[in-house]
Amino acid sequence: MDRRQFIKTSAVGGLGIFGAFESTFAQSTGPIKIGLMAPLTGVLAAGGKEIVEGFNLFWELNGKKAGGREVQIFIEDDGSNPDIALQKARKLTEQTKVDFLVGNLLANTGLAVAEYAKTNGIPYFIPVIAADDLTQRARIPNVIRVAGYSASQTTHPLGDYAYKKLGFRKIVTISQDYTFGHEQCGGLSQVFTENGGTILSQLWNPLNTQDFSSYFAQIKSAKPDAVFCMQTGADANRFLQQWTSFGMKGKIPLIGAQNTTDQSVIRSLGDEPEGIISASFFAEGNPVPATQKFVGEYNIANKQLPSIYGFTHYTAAIWLVKAINKLNGNIENRPLFLDTIKKTVLEESPLGKPVRLDNYGNPIYDVFIRKVVKRPDGKYWNVPIDSYPNVSQFWTYKPEEYMKQPPYSRTFQGIKKS
Amino acid sequence: MTFFFFQLLNSLTFAALLFLVASGFTLIFGLMKIVNLAHGAIYLLGGYITYSVITMTGNFFLGILAAVVALALLGIFEQYLLKFAKGVDLRQVLITLGLAVMINDISLVLFGGDTLSVPVPEFLKTSVDFYDITYPKYRLFVLLFGIVVFIFLMLLMNKTKLGALIRAGVDDRETIEALGVNISRIFLITFMLGMALAAIAGGLGGAFLSLYPTADSEILVFSLAVVIIGGRGSLLGAALGSIIVASLSTFGQVWFPELSYFVIFGPMALLLAFRPNGLFGKPI
Amino acid sequence: MINKKHLFKILVLLLLIGLVVPFFTESYVISLCSLGFIYAIFAMSIDVLAGYAGRTSLCHGAIFGSAAYMTIYHVTVSGGDPLVAAIYGIIMAMIISLIFAALAVRTTGVYFLLLTLALGMIVWGICQRWTSVTGGENGLRGNIRPEWLMSAEHFYYFVLALLVISGLMMWRFVNSPFGLGLKGIRESESRMRSLGYNTTLHLILGFVISGIGAGLAGVLYAFFNSFVSPSSVALTQSVKGLLMVLVGGVGTLFGSLVGAAVLISLENLVSSFTQRWPFVMGLTFVLTMIFLPSGIVGKLLTNKR
Repeated sequence: MDRRQFIKTSAVGGLGIFGAFESTFAQSTGPIKIGLMAPLTGVLAAGGKEIVEGFNLFWELNGKKAGGREVQIFIEDDGSNPDIALQKARKLTEQTKVDFLVGNLLANTGLAVAEYAKTNGIPYFIPVIAADDLTQRARIPNVIRVAGYSASQTTHPLGDYAYKKLGFRKIVTISQDYTFGHEQCGGLSQVFTENGGTILSQLWNPLNTQDFSSYFAQIKSAKPDAVFCMQTGADANRFLQQWTSFGMKGKIPLIGAQNTTDQSVIRSLGDEPEGIISASFFAEGNPVPATQKFVGEYNIANKQLPSIYGFTHYTAAIWLVKAINKLNGNIENRPLFLDTIKKTVLEESPLGKPVRLDNYGNPIYDVFIRKVVKRPDGKYWNVPIDSYPNVSQFWTYKPEEYMKQPPYSRTFQGIKKS
Repeated sequence: MTFFFFQLLNSLTFAALLFLVASGFTLIFGLMKIVNLAHGAIYLLGGYITYSVITMTGNFFLGILAAVVALALLGIFEQYLLKFAKGVDLRQVLITLGLAVMINDISLVLFGGDTLSVPVPEFLKTSVDFYDITYPKYRLFVLLFGIVVFIFLMLLMNKTKLGALIRAGVDDRETIEALGVNISRIFLITFMLGMALAAIAGGLGGAFLSLYPTADSEILVFSLAVVIIGGRGSLLGAALGSIIVASLSTFGQVWFPELSYFVIFGPMALLLAFRPNGLFGKPI
Repeated sequence: MINKKHLFKILVLLLLIGLVVPFFTESYVISLCSLGFIYAIFAMSIDVLAGYAGRTSLCHGAIFGSAAYMTIYHVTVSGGDPLVAAIYGIIMAMIISLIFAALAVRTTGVYFLLLTLALGMIVWGICQRWTSVTGGENGLRGNIRPEWLMSAEHFYYFVLALLVISGLMMWRFVNSPFGLGLKGIRESESRMRSLGYNTTLHLILGFVISGIGAGLAGVLYAFFNSFVSPSSVALTQSVKGLLMVLVGGVGTLFGSLVGAAVLISLENLVSSFTQRWPFVMGLTFVLTMIFLPSGIVGKLLTNKR
């Protein structure tokens, strides 16, 4: 993989050298080396592939250069596995000597690499690793969520919407039993119960659950107003299919996490996801011109609609290049580089609105409440039906107050006792 | 009450699938004393092939047939490779392990890492309503199919000459060879039968459990549990083992979610430690 | 082609090379070598059981990983001292090996393989689900190396020293009367019993000693990686270790060194060129079992009369 990359980049690099003459004061003239890690094998291989496609799309459309220097991208497979991710991070940092690391998908791979980045000092940018604490209590100065999001950021508003606009009062949550699931569920549960709602019960299924039928039985006997479903990858596919084939669809309303109705899941399904409401800062069906332009370009290049994995990494590339350009390519000064990234405001985001980071290294977004609808060509996508402007990772709480409560976990879901 | 009945149906339908996978596995283990660790990879590849053929032709049964043929051929190749191990059991097992890893990687290259669901034929897409339960027709079909295959295999083993030869071979390989039976051909047929069963299971399972890169080790681990509990070479053991494992898995998921693996492997480990031959198995 | 005397000379030569390698290479390669040494200890421990007692197992990864978990847990969660953590890690490995041994030693061959596979899976399941203690999917992380082991070079020499010591100890063990007893059990368990040996106890002790080796490797791994997760106890870890033993040669003990070196280099080299490392690993497994069933060192040792 990286041999081919190298040949491609050298060709474009030749053109880039012309650009190098432009900058009057370039600290270094060598290429900028980027280490991109993604799961290309293992359980999340499909998402990993899209991370690479999204990232590469930017460079294909804009050329492999930034700040007057050529850009080289080194792609490594993290195997959906934190041990391998760590190995690859080491390899990229110590052997390939990249200037910074980007990517990874599963929270546990991100946490492992973040720990390494902490001791090593190499900048690490995480567009999709959403573990809340990486930009809250356990934040690391050189780990920044460029173009990313924190897990509970999008479910806080969903909890609000579910109570106020959808009128639900009693919910059952069903989620994968790991940090990402705990945090998404926690976000929703906290805001929903603070508004006065009740969480009847919380079901946790192990990753790679084959069979959801036993959970459906439990949901039915609880008789909720609605079910909140947080599943990713293969589990999401199976859940949605089984939800329909067991006759649950239409009988009990379903609201989902953004990953559950993400393109990577729904594009291989039929009409099972139709009508599901979720919350996210990204909706591929958003009619705003900037978004549709991106969706169009992505569709042409990869013959499918973009998922959150492709979108976040494309945006991350825009962000990084903007910061690098501002520094005229001088990214060797790490504190300055990190500081510039934090201060960059992304006017050119495909979301159609400028995006900036909060003081803790996490972006602030308008969060859309979106619905899965059918397009004229028969495919399904997420279209915004409402929105919550300027939502940060702390929702409406004061950061210091919020961080006094423990991070969401299986035992702490922020549920307010009434 | 309806909850229990619902769960029971879930267990039985999952058991039917496990039986399809495990029956082939136990026949090979029983007759050739080979633990075919590539069995899970065969299941997955079978599922992928079924998916591809259905996508191309639109015919479900054609898809299954294609998988059976392809994997029976692969079975011939695998059997040939195993000959190199010159009958040392452990060596053969380890070859199958290497093969499993290779087959999985090839599957990843050919079919990608996306989660794929085998499309269910139209007439099975709906659900049946009875009592308080809505249950997918497709799952009931799998249950029925499992029962049919069980009856077929029992008849094969107990009422045909081939079956008699296989059973004799499981009991005492040397004597039957001394009696002039071409045991290699019997081995080959059994092996191919095992492959075919796994391929069918992959196609059927791929519709309600879906196909993705680690599905092979998951189903392998379940099959091992079934065969160890049920006993080497016993079809009845495989059937009973499937029901036990499927029930432990389904009910365990609800009652002891934190201990789900333990609920299945704890009993298996204990059984193996104190009764290595399982419920109905013949000693090696 | 070579016999035991030659083997000894070759080992000394390798040790001398090992001592000067850090002066000629950069930190990434040094780290890789350290990892190789850790896996060599791991593989040797598997060989003690597989080669000498004749019991091929698929659970050593679980023992290895448990020791790693214990070590990191003690430092990061309990706030303890790294060296004390190391001792706890080895004790953990001994406890787990004892439990496994008590359940498994009455079986042999394929059944032993399957039982140890199941036991390893149980440990993996526990590590994955017992989130409050093991961190579940996220694992446990924290830089636990003491000051004097921080640099890649220091760590390299430390691991090399431990490799030499543990290698020598395992060698002494398998050639001791106890070790020879294990070999006897491998050849004919019934005969050993009729000679008055308590074969079950013998095997259990052999298993535990093998487990100590795996535990030591696990502790070192914890120091190396500063991170442990369920994949450290997974089946793949046991498979990798077993493959190193097979490639080097079952029952040669030092073949494990060769096996570890071959596999770690292959893994790194291959993954620089292609994604298809798993395929290459599987192929290596198959080809070794077909063409080189006694492994590289095994073949070299048997060629000379």
